[in-house]
Amino acid sequence: MKQKSKLMAGLLGLAVLTLCAGTALASGGGAEATAAAAGMPQDGSPWWYWPVILLVATFIMGIIAVLGGVGGGVLFVPIISGFFPFHLDFVRGAGLLVALAGALAAGPGLLRSGLASLRLAIPVALIASSCAIVGAMVGLALPTNVVQISLGVTILGICVLMLTAKKSTFPDVPESDKLGSILKIYGVYREESTGETINWRVHRTPLGLLLFVVIGVMAGMFGLGAGWANVPVLNLLMGAPLKISVATSKFLLSITDTSAAWIYMNQGAVIPMMVVPSLVGIMLGSFVGVRILKVVKPTFIRWMVIGILAFAGLKALSKGLGF
Amino acid sequence: MSQDQKLGPSPEQILYANILNKGMLLGLGILLITFALYVLGIVSPYVPLDKLSNYWSMGVNDYLHELDIPTGWAWLGMLGYSDFLNFIGIAFLAGVSIVCYIAIIPTLLRNDDKIFAVIAILEVIVLTAAASGIFGSGGH
Repeated sequence: MKQKSKLMAGLLGLAVLTLCAGTALASGGGAEATAAAAGMPQDGSPWWYWPVILLVATFIMGIIAVLGGVGGGVLFVPIISGFFPFHLDFVRGAGLLVALAGALAAGPGLLRSGLASLRLAIPVALIASSCAIVGAMVGLALPTNVVQISLGVTILGICVLMLTAKKSTFPDVPESDKLGSILKIYGVYREESTGETINWRVHRTPLGLLLFVVIGVMAGMFGLGAGWANVPVLNLLMGAPLKISVATSKFLLSITDTSAAWIYMNQGAVIPMMVVPSLVGIMLGSFVGVRILKVVKPTFIRWMVIGILAFAGLKALSKGLGF
Repeated sequence: MSQDQKLGPSPEQILYANILNKGMLLGLGILLITFALYVLGIVSPYVPLDKLSNYWSMGVNDYLHELDIPTGWAWLGMLGYSDFLNFIGIAFLAGVSIVCYIAIIPTLLRNDDKIFAVIAILEVIVLTAAASGIFGSGGH
């Protein structure tokens, strides 16, 4: 596991060096620099300016996301679409790929540890990924301002959810419902903090699956990782233990976001110059975030995340309304 | 609830995790190598780097129209350009889950877990359909 982390950190570090080297190559040399300057965008900045800013911003986002207990995607889309020159179509495409890469990186470890449950994820993923396709197609077909307004409202809704939603470490599920029993959605895991072996099961499965229709559509439409919605449904509604819900939600994104990402990719809404720096920045930030998690106050970070999201949500709303 | 549950992940879960891990590392590796070829100018891009920022603030339809970029899997025919080379790694990352699902279907069938085998097959169909581009190229 440590070797894998080192390998990934090495690969990502190499990518940062590559971007820096590309930047240096582009800015060095008289004739070449003049030629590059001739092709400068309207804002006068060289081509590497925004990708480097994006790398730095997503690095910080990666740290905050880990410390605040949210996925990178939910921060990425409203902040980058609100404060960067990229069109919302490409931001959503990149956001999905950022969330997807994060889920792919975390997925194997979570599955092997038994915290993410394939049994719980498979039925949920089928619904969420199918609906994410619909969401992605609707999102790309709607006028940008409508999507921007809806995004703003959704982000503000997420803030409210973060402020009000409670969590239950071990929800009381006296009995599985019929569908949960048929699908055999139950399991057992060892709670490391207490050494206890926890048997878990789910209830209200039909309603839970129904809610994943909405979650899937929203994930595809806005390019948000949907962890903010997955966890409350799995934990509070269906009654899966908190750790199982968080881990399964993270793994689930690797499937939900896959289907939506293909739609964005097939429709041309993916620009590698945005995707790679974002992906590298978020992943490197996550590595750093995990290391400093022990020394910061989570409550402060959580309030900070809510504040940032509220600001980004209002910005998306005002942009959509044309203010 | 069944009382014969074992602690730890099921064999299909381990199999899924192993394939996901290898696919993720390979996809990420490919993406970073192709990005290096792109940014360092080792292979020429279709859209010059110094022109790209003139287009990324456009909606996807205008962007594709202005740059005459085809949609769907047409990028496979443009792999001579470094910006399109990056799509190999992206497609790999987006495709690894399909391989994971295909791999666990025989195990599910061996365990007589027919319902989950059917769900897994349906998921493969959904993801493959999304990847195929049959949902078309649209835009605003």
